[in-house]
Amino acid sequence: MPTKSIHDIAASFSRRGVLAATAGLMLGLASISGAKAADDTIKVGVLHSLSGTMAISETTLKDTILFLIDEQNKKGGVLGKKLEAVVVDPASNWPLFAEKARELITKDKVSVVFGCWTSVSRKSVLPVFKELNNILFYPVQYEGEESERNVFYTGAAPNQQAIPAVDYLMKEEKVKRWVLAGTDYVYPRTTNKILEAYLKSKGVAQEDIMINYTPFGHSDWQTIVADIKKFGSAGKKTAVVSTINGDANVPFYKELGNQGIKAKDIPVVAFSVGEEELAGIDTKPLVGHLAAWNYFESIKTPANEKFIKDWQAYTKNPKRTTNDPMEAHVIGFNMWIKAVEKVKSTDPDKVIDALPGIEAPNLTGGVSKMLPNHHITKPVFIGEIKGNGQFDVVWKTPGLVAGDAWSKELDGSKDLIGDWVGKKCGNFNTKTNKCLGSGS
Amino acid sequence: MLSNLSARLCSFVLSLFLIAFALPAFAGPFEDAVAKFANDDYSDTEEAIGTVASSGNKLAFPIISALQDGRLMADPDSKKVYVTGTDGKSIDAATGEAVASVPDSASAVRLNNRLRRSVDAALGSLTLQSPDLGARLQAAQSVFKSREETALEPVESALAKETNKSVKTALGEARAAILLFKSDATEVQKLEAVATIKARGDQDALALLSDIGTDQPASVTKAAASAIGSIQSSLAVWSTVQNAWYGLSLGSVLLLAAIGLAITFGVMGVINMAHGEMVMIGAYTTFVVQEVIRTRYPALFDYSLLIAVPLAFLVAGAIGMLIERSIIRFLYGRPLETLLATWGLSLVLQQAVRTMFGPTNREVGNPSWMSGAFELGQITITYNRLWILCFTLAVFAILLAMLRYSAIGLEMRAVTQNRRMAASMGIATSRVDALTFGLGSGIAGIAGVALSQIDNVSPNLGQSYIIDSFMVVVFGGVGNLWGTLVGAFTLGIANKFLEPVAGAVLGKIAILVLIILFIQKRPRGLFALKGRAVEA
Repeated sequence: MPTKSIHDIAASFSRRGVLAATAGLMLGLASISGAKAADDTIKVGVLHSLSGTMAISETTLKDTILFLIDEQNKKGGVLGKKLEAVVVDPASNWPLFAEKARELITKDKVSVVFGCWTSVSRKSVLPVFKELNNILFYPVQYEGEESERNVFYTGAAPNQQAIPAVDYLMKEEKVKRWVLAGTDYVYPRTTNKILEAYLKSKGVAQEDIMINYTPFGHSDWQTIVADIKKFGSAGKKTAVVSTINGDANVPFYKELGNQGIKAKDIPVVAFSVGEEELAGIDTKPLVGHLAAWNYFESIKTPANEKFIKDWQAYTKNPKRTTNDPMEAHVIGFNMWIKAVEKVKSTDPDKVIDALPGIEAPNLTGGVSKMLPNHHITKPVFIGEIKGNGQFDVVWKTPGLVAGDAWSKELDGSKDLIGDWVGKKCGNFNTKTNKCLGSGS
Repeated sequence: MLSNLSARLCSFVLSLFLIAFALPAFAGPFEDAVAKFANDDYSDTEEAIGTVASSGNKLAFPIISALQDGRLMADPDSKKVYVTGTDGKSIDAATGEAVASVPDSASAVRLNNRLRRSVDAALGSLTLQSPDLGARLQAAQSVFKSREETALEPVESALAKETNKSVKTALGEARAAILLFKSDATEVQKLEAVATIKARGDQDALALLSDIGTDQPASVTKAAASAIGSIQSSLAVWSTVQNAWYGLSLGSVLLLAAIGLAITFGVMGVINMAHGEMVMIGAYTTFVVQEVIRTRYPALFDYSLLIAVPLAFLVAGAIGMLIERSIIRFLYGRPLETLLATWGLSLVLQQAVRTMFGPTNREVGNPSWMSGAFELGQITITYNRLWILCFTLAVFAILLAMLRYSAIGLEMRAVTQNRRMAASMGIATSRVDALTFGLGSGIAGIAGVALSQIDNVSPNLGQSYIIDSFMVVVFGGVGNLWGTLVGAFTLGIANKFLEPVAGAVLGKIAILVLIILFIQKRPRGLFALKGRAVEA
């Protein structure tokens, strides 16, 4: 048969083949349009989990960056170009964070990445950012003991959250006996190690400290709450310092409420409970329990009121709450914009060198500054839970507290500093005057 | 000279006038103290509480109790303070006169924990002789906690008049607590106090006795030490009882989560990884029911769970049947494919819920009959755990009765025991399969209603229960509901006795290791099915 009709040829294609061809064509089209867009926009990577266990916390941060980009574009973008968000979903899967980070930098050619929540996700992307030399803004309070050239830490280091909170309890509530309760992973373990050393340096005896770890998502708190009650009945004022991770908090507070532990008897100060977490519980039995953060939604400053108004308008939800990591992203984003404008380039090397020293207003009325150790200065607030799920600020530090990359309380790190301006080193030992190499 | 004098006279008259005008506003220490509430300063508020409480003014009680409830409004501009009643009417706190409305600039006086304790102490001495029994009991208890020396007289006069036995005991304990710490109390009084507190025998008593300090007479220190010893040993016994109760409670949660799986996996043999998501769907059904009730029929809130139970059963059951008809029936006898398909399905369901309801936790409220706790001896039993235990046992009994006595139960047993013979007897096996799977899913949905009371309602809810559920079913013996019951309670109690010793993390690991060893020894679990049914 010398000729074959077109129809026959098409029919001889398998269904699968056609599908693959179409998919290929679509991919091709997508990459062409992507390449075209890259010429007149600056790309900003957003690396937050939108599915899986961490979606509960990280989705809001993705929305925050989209909101900030939208606002910036309304002002005309930066360097005469519009900003364009590239959103990927690492799905609460730590190795996937590294893959997605690589994809953002090599394929999408982003100039900066805002992302990560858990420390393990940050540790997983570190090698990628170092190898491909890009910038990560990390917005969550964390355990410290790290200062990397490619990472800017806009959340609180332990000395900007945990230590002031303990000071408050010692001074205002005259607490003598301490329960350090946390979820079993790196942030609570390191923070509790720092706190234990700090408490002992303040003369607290070993038998007055109880340390307790629970698995992720722990939901049966009966035994632990009963233990806390028992520990608190030794005749000394007792408080709980909680590094319990987000999700496990709801059953923990429910159990506290049900077993009748009131804040005026045994106050709980939490480092991972914010407005978002409280949105899932009835807070009336919890009134008076405390949280330490660098930002609260209820703080009344013109900047914060405007931010909340714009945010709720952007999300079209008049009840949408704001929280501390969101503010960290606001500060980090504005610092990055300022640094880019200063060096008139988005080249990561130039921006990294320009960032230390950059100042950006925070939402609570102060001006935060990027320090040479890539941490920022922040105020510390202690808030009491109110009946409506918000916090009432009962105490704040007199000024802004500079973030320590390396804790002064731990033997292994008290001589270390991070200085990417003078020493060009993330873990410089001030005793031996030597740089120990990589910063983590 | 003259002008000087007249100027003085003038200023004298003027100041007289001023005093005259100022008098009504600042007539005495009580009014002064009340005005301090408007300063929004914690130390001022604390002073004001003390002065108002000891003033003897009849407004003292309404003011302090309003302060406790956040109904004391202060206007920072005019320094006026108002009490908003529970009925919505307001009075001026300084004069007691009714006011038409509280100005908009006024806000509730803020409290912190230190002030809350002062408020409790103040209310304690104010309500010791309240006509309400509950208020008197609470007052006596807050005096026991605050042990303010100033409360001694009111406590003693209240004790003389008190007729109710339990309030009398509480007042006696409050008096003992004050005397024990009063520096000028006699040794005899103090020894009596130690005995009274020892009789109370709980953790608060222990705290009080451990705190008496060193400046006490030797006999008192000795008596206190022996009292501490005897309280501790009795508390140790109670703590075993407490662990057993916690174990039962944890077991009931495990059982509730696993019953549905005992049917789909245990009876039908389907490895259903989407079981947890059925639990989650039940919890979200509860959320939706409560949302509707909150917006439309707030009076029905206490019944929300009763309404949610059948709805959750229907919703989860219908979704289960849909899954069985559309996916699982093609995969019978292929466990690996079933595992993968249902696991994929669980991800799909999670993400669907996340898209519909958002990734954050949803608030499911506790009805009043499920909040709080009661004391049984020296252990605290929370109502929500107690109800969940009862509910679980009820669900278990109903399910067992249904499988045993109903026609559909008979068909289900017949099909799972010998499918071909059942089919030859005229049973529509595929219909029974769908119904059985629907039943298992529906029961998982009911579990979701109960679990929404103690856990987060988030898309991840199901994931945290799926492993535990499989563990219970495998441990108890596949295909045997009684095995699931015994398995769940054994694991719960073992876990709760290990937890205080090994910690929550190690305890859980130890349980897993024990189960693995047990399964090595008895691969079919606690209660293995015997006979030909096993091979079918």
